Amino acid sequence: MTAIPIQALMGQLLIGLINGAFYAMLSLGLAVIFGLLNIINFTHGAQYMLGAFVAYFALQWAGLGYWWALLLAPVLVGLFGIVLERTMLKPLYQLDHLYGLLLTFGVALIVQGLFRNAFGSSGLPYAMPAALTGGYNLGFMFLPTYRAWVIVFSLVVCLSTWYVIERTRLGSYLRAATENPGLVQAFGINVPRMITLTYGFGVALAALAGVLAAPIYQVNPLMGADLIIVVFAVVVIGGMGSIIGSIVTGFALGVVEGLTKVFYPEASNTVIFVIMALVLLVRPAGLFGQER
Amino acid sequence: MASTRDLAVPLPTTVATMPTHQMVAFAVMVVAAAAAPFFVYPVFLMKALCFALFACAFNLLIGYAGLLSFGHAAYLGVAGYASAHAAKVWGAPPEVSIVFGTALAGVVGLLIGLLAIRRQGIYFAMITLALAQMVFFYCLQSRFTGGEDGIQAVPRGMLFGVFDLRQTTTMYYVVLAIFLLGFLLIYRTIHSPFGQVLKAIRENEPRAISLGYKADQYKLIAFVLSATLSGLAGATKALVFQLASLTDVHWSMSGEVVLMTLLGGLGTVFGPVVGALVVTGLENYLAQLGAWVGVVQGAIFVVCVLTFRRGIIGELGRLLRRPL
Amino acid sequence: MSLLRVLVVAAIVAVSALPAHAQISDNVIKIGVLNDQSSLYADLAGQGSVVAARMAVEDFGADKKGMKVEIVSADHQNKPDVGSSITRQWIDVDKVDVIVDVPNSGVALAVNQIVRDKGKAFLVSGAATADLTGKACSPNTIHWTYDTWALANGTGNAIVKTGGDTWFFLTADYAFGHALERDTEAVVTKAGGKVIGKVRHPLNTQDFSSFLLQAQASKAKIIGLANAGGDTTNAIKQAAEFGIVRGGQNLAGLLVFITDVHALGLDKAQGLILTETFYWDSNDRTRAFAKRFAERNRQIYPTMVHAGVYSSVLHYLKAVEALKSDDGTRVIAKMKEMPTDDPLFGKGSIRVDGRKIHPAYLFEVKKPSESKGTWDYYKLRSTIPADQAFRPLDQGDCPLVKK
Repeated sequence: MTAIPIQALMGQLLIGLINGAFYAMLSLGLAVIFGLLNIINFTHGAQYMLGAFVAYFALQWAGLGYWWALLLAPVLVGLFGIVLERTMLKPLYQLDHLYGLLLTFGVALIVQGLFRNAFGSSGLPYAMPAALTGGYNLGFMFLPTYRAWVIVFSLVVCLSTWYVIERTRLGSYLRAATENPGLVQAFGINVPRMITLTYGFGVALAALAGVLAAPIYQVNPLMGADLIIVVFAVVVIGGMGSIIGSIVTGFALGVVEGLTKVFYPEASNTVIFVIMALVLLVRPAGLFGQER
Repeated sequence: MASTRDLAVPLPTTVATMPTHQMVAFAVMVVAAAAAPFFVYPVFLMKALCFALFACAFNLLIGYAGLLSFGHAAYLGVAGYASAHAAKVWGAPPEVSIVFGTALAGVVGLLIGLLAIRRQGIYFAMITLALAQMVFFYCLQSRFTGGEDGIQAVPRGMLFGVFDLRQTTTMYYVVLAIFLLGFLLIYRTIHSPFGQVLKAIRENEPRAISLGYKADQYKLIAFVLSATLSGLAGATKALVFQLASLTDVHWSMSGEVVLMTLLGGLGTVFGPVVGALVVTGLENYLAQLGAWVGVVQGAIFVVCVLTFRRGIIGELGRLLRRPL
Repeated sequence: MSLLRVLVVAAIVAVSALPAHAQISDNVIKIGVLNDQSSLYADLAGQGSVVAARMAVEDFGADKKGMKVEIVSADHQNKPDVGSSITRQWIDVDKVDVIVDVPNSGVALAVNQIVRDKGKAFLVSGAATADLTGKACSPNTIHWTYDTWALANGTGNAIVKTGGDTWFFLTADYAFGHALERDTEAVVTKAGGKVIGKVRHPLNTQDFSSFLLQAQASKAKIIGLANAGGDTTNAIKQAAEFGIVRGGQNLAGLLVFITDVHALGLDKAQGLILTETFYWDSNDRTRAFAKRFAERNRQIYPTMVHAGVYSSVLHYLKAVEALKSDDGTRVIAKMKEMPTDDPLFGKGSIRVDGRKIHPAYLFEVKKPSESKGTWDYYKLRSTIPADQAFRPLDQGDCPLVKK
């Protein structure tokens, strides 16, 4: 572990970026939901899992492949999210925000438990889409095409989302609605509907990450359970309200974790939390966040 | 949190001046617990008692200080490992092991508390969760904890050199005594001037600060106290089951204690005890069915948050119009 | 018939000088099948083990012999505290007499201790750690089917002899993984090979890319997978993605079950070399068993763990019948006395350290073109005779073995 040739290091960096792409996409959804709606969506991990399962079902039952799944999963799971928001989250808005956290935690337990009962925990296979098999020999490592696709696709999704929220009119309505819903409603904008759709969008992002994960990780009911806590840490570090913060932090953390796996693999699980603790000591609002 | 605002401010009392209805409830609890091992499997009861103490300690933080910690398993688990290690590897007598475990939990609580207190509300919850996860991974990889296998075959030993804890009945009454000690300590804390200031901070922190109270210090003390007593529960549990394992530091355990307290009644005195009993019983009953436990727990969470926020004892208290 | 039984029992009671129960406790033989039913090891053991136990009870003819046998089962969720809780409750409250299966070495070690303290019987089929017949050996436990030493010996030796002499280990970070790595390393070094690197990963790892990259960088000829279940299948799947085998390195599955090969598919698993002690397609008797088993187990064919549960329960019942008692310690002693014979493992024996002895087989996974249908996955490379398949008696540090 001492003398790492530069090639191996570059390979690990690339792997780190790929993992970072997942962190970024997931924390993006969480940041959108929290930043704009002040809801902690503990169900995010379960919704990520649902996305992967929709992809699996689409293939098994309807013969619809990966490209269809990329469209179908976010829509279906997003709809599930919308139903969840309308029926269960809405009544809780007047109460302490912690109740929202507890509710979404409970829903996560239910969804994960039901799927575990039905499908066991060892995971279901999902074939890689034919167009993305194979890879490139980069000299310092062999990069599977699919992994390259993951980085590119995540970047596109993350940057588009950031652009929509920070630079378009729709995004500005959304941001205004969270600061002063009454005033925005008075202007004739249907605030409750915006909130519902935004939640649905955040959930759809989680499901999209799930579809991305299906070909390379096992599709299993607990795939989101431990991941969600890491994603929380990413959002805290990035700054709880900040979209760009989550994206940057997600990728950066993936790289840091990758490097740790090389130099000190025992700590690779905890390095994210150590960084979170350090950031909290120095900048409690997160790297890009503002004090709320 | 909304439900606890309905309760009257608890006035300073001692056990001797406990309000009658609470005295009655306490007596019922003690008598039932003392007689129970003759009717119910004692190992199950000991498990319920340890978790009841854990839930009461957790309730101190959320019910009275208004802080939702989502990483309380860290204190339960670390104390368990410490106690098991002391008993097995150092051959310490049980009282030393338990005290050692409890103290270590307090230290961990202090460290995490110092970091977490800086933020409030949901941020606080997420930070405690993430830091507890760090503790989990440390326990997973450390040699001392035995990783996935845990520390096994922990000897129970002789308490004070006199009581043979390998006898189930003796062990049970010792555990009961520990639980009552913790329970009364928490009761005393809540019904003391300290508890009143805590309640004031929870209701309106800026005002409390303007009156000269150092809010962060009070919150930290409550946090450490809660962590220490959770540690007491964990250290005792390790000796009961003669095993310390990763389950006790996993985040799902943190979720369980929230469930117990929520179901029993946040901010009530007896709620956590009832909640712990119900949840432990449910798990036992459903154990044959494996993954259904998670679904049922999730369902209880959802139902409680939507329609049953006061919890069992909370609703009972409302019916009787007296705080329980 | 019943009068005869009464007379026999009376005679035994009269003759037996032992104050202990010279009879079946509560008149029921209760068998507890404890394993993972919802997680990593659910397919290779799980409900299938319960089916195997039932089949053993039926084939033994318990009903006709007038012996009441009950089977209970539970899910230990791969957690030692859940496993030990269930075991305690089973023994104290539900009067279970024998615990069987228990995959996951950590849980098995915990159960081993409890069963020993309470004087019951423990027939391990699923767990791998060779410590069960070594440092942790017990007069109440028999370790059936396989262990880390047998696997290391079979696979390790065979691979080194065919030229795979530099190794890199990918190890699951818990008791089983460490034991497998340790035993295989010893075999490889003894056979003249070299271990040039190792990396430990947590149980239930999803993403092996970083570890596989390190394995690739080491340029070892063989990447030894010292893990099981989903970890192994994940690692093999992702190794294919990263072109490891194409790059000239080979994967050695140190613990692979037929259900793993089934989950991977032959196109990903072909060429994998592994050691098992049972294969359903070995002879007519095993084939007949497999058909009956699959019908009752959702068309999943029996793994060696299932076979071990069947074989151990059958032998246990024979011993109980001979002894007319289900007292754990005595039945285990009786089982060690009696030679074993069943349709799945053939003739075998049980050593004083609790190790069940039978031959081991080195298999290679067929190419898709070589397979005639589902579950037709293995071709036999060689047979390791029973007396060479397991760790020699004197090397285990078992206190029961007299020096």
